[in-house]
Amino acid sequence: MSEQRKALALISGGLDSMLAARVVMEQGIHVEGVNFYTGFCVEGHTHAIRKRDRARPKRNNALWVAEQLGIRLHIVDVTEQYKGVVINPRYGYGANLNPCLDCKCFMVGKAVEWIEAHGFDFIITGEVVGQRPMSQRRDTMRTVVRESGAGDRLLRPLCAKNLPPTLPEREGWVDRDQLYGFSGRSRKPQMALAERFGLSDYAQPAGGCCFLTDEAYSRKLADLWQARGSREYELDDIMLLKVGRHLRPRPHFKLIIGREEGENNFLQGFRHRFIQLRTVSHPGPLALIDGEAGEEDWELAARITARFSSGRNAEQVELRVEEPQGAQRLLRVAPMSAEEVLPEWYL
Amino acid sequence: MVSVRQQLDARHLLCPLPVIRVQDRIGRMARGEQLEVFCTDPGAASDVPAWCRINGHRVIWIREREGELAILIEVGGGER
Repeated sequence: MSEQRKALALISGGLDSMLAARVVMEQGIHVEGVNFYTGFCVEGHTHAIRKRDRARPKRNNALWVAEQLGIRLHIVDVTEQYKGVVINPRYGYGANLNPCLDCKCFMVGKAVEWIEAHGFDFIITGEVVGQRPMSQRRDTMRTVVRESGAGDRLLRPLCAKNLPPTLPEREGWVDRDQLYGFSGRSRKPQMALAERFGLSDYAQPAGGCCFLTDEAYSRKLADLWQARGSREYELDDIMLLKVGRHLRPRPHFKLIIGREEGENNFLQGFRHRFIQLRTVSHPGPLALIDGEAGEEDWELAARITARFSSGRNAEQVELRVEEPQGAQRLLRVAPMSAEEVLPEWYL
Repeated sequence: MVSVRQQLDARHLLCPLPVIRVQDRIGRMARGEQLEVFCTDPGAASDVPAWCRINGHRVIWIREREGELAILIEVGGGER
């Protein structure tokens, strides 16, 4: 009896990785999934924070895909190791701060470590030649094979027929004739294959599953790095970039202003790290001061925060300023007019 | 027989971190033991049970109180 071969599928939660895993499962291979958590994953965060979004049904797409396929899913926290990819990508960034090629090399490399530690035979990805301008070109897909250390243990079932045979094909663990030769940006072949497998419900994330591909998010991250004079970051930093309005009225500090109750509650959790402002005379937002703001800056910060409260047209708004150590002070300020809040302050 | 019950504080973590913490803790627990996990991300109410279903663990109950979730899991008590 032949040995049961085992493959690890990189599961993003999108259609391509789901199909790739399914194609290999059809050939009798034991497949398990892995999903890497980088901290920049779009998955669920704004949904969890913003109260108005909570009415929408929530699901983690990677878990959902694994459940549809009937496979185990291992979610691996790579936030610390991933910093090197974001801060200093060998192959550079895409249109924004997205280091897609380095990211793919990193993730396949982590998958190599996993299969070697768990006795699996090869790795599956949902990559398609020509699908993405940076990480899914014929030349860069060779780079992933080389840099990740996967070599011929990396099988891309959706476009395998366009690529040289890999170890599982050469060894006869999978039949190359039953793999596919998709290429280019069209999604039609994948949708047709999904229909053949009876899969009608799958995620189609607009703009991908990573905040680093988002222009507004990347602008805020670049601002953070510039203001600190360093590209270092902590998980809290990159979480906060997903929340609230960010305004930098002075080079040495910025304000993060909650847009609704859920965001205010989330920001409240950071009160031990940042100076916080909260309107008390009128309903309004909670704001955090990120930077080296001294007491001389508090009035400016308070006037901006008051602008986003329901007291924006009042002569005076009272706010409570609370320092991380707990010291509190009340300030009465005139809210800024819309014209006084300069467009260039918005990040 | 009283099952061994461990507790895990996953409050103030956003998904999938509560799932990752549950996964890592259960990896060090024995079949039949119970894990009670506390979360504040409402997404945990769907994500933790989904992870349990695909990995063969059983959610015994989910309770919500004042914005906090408590989820009790039996290790290895589900079907796969």
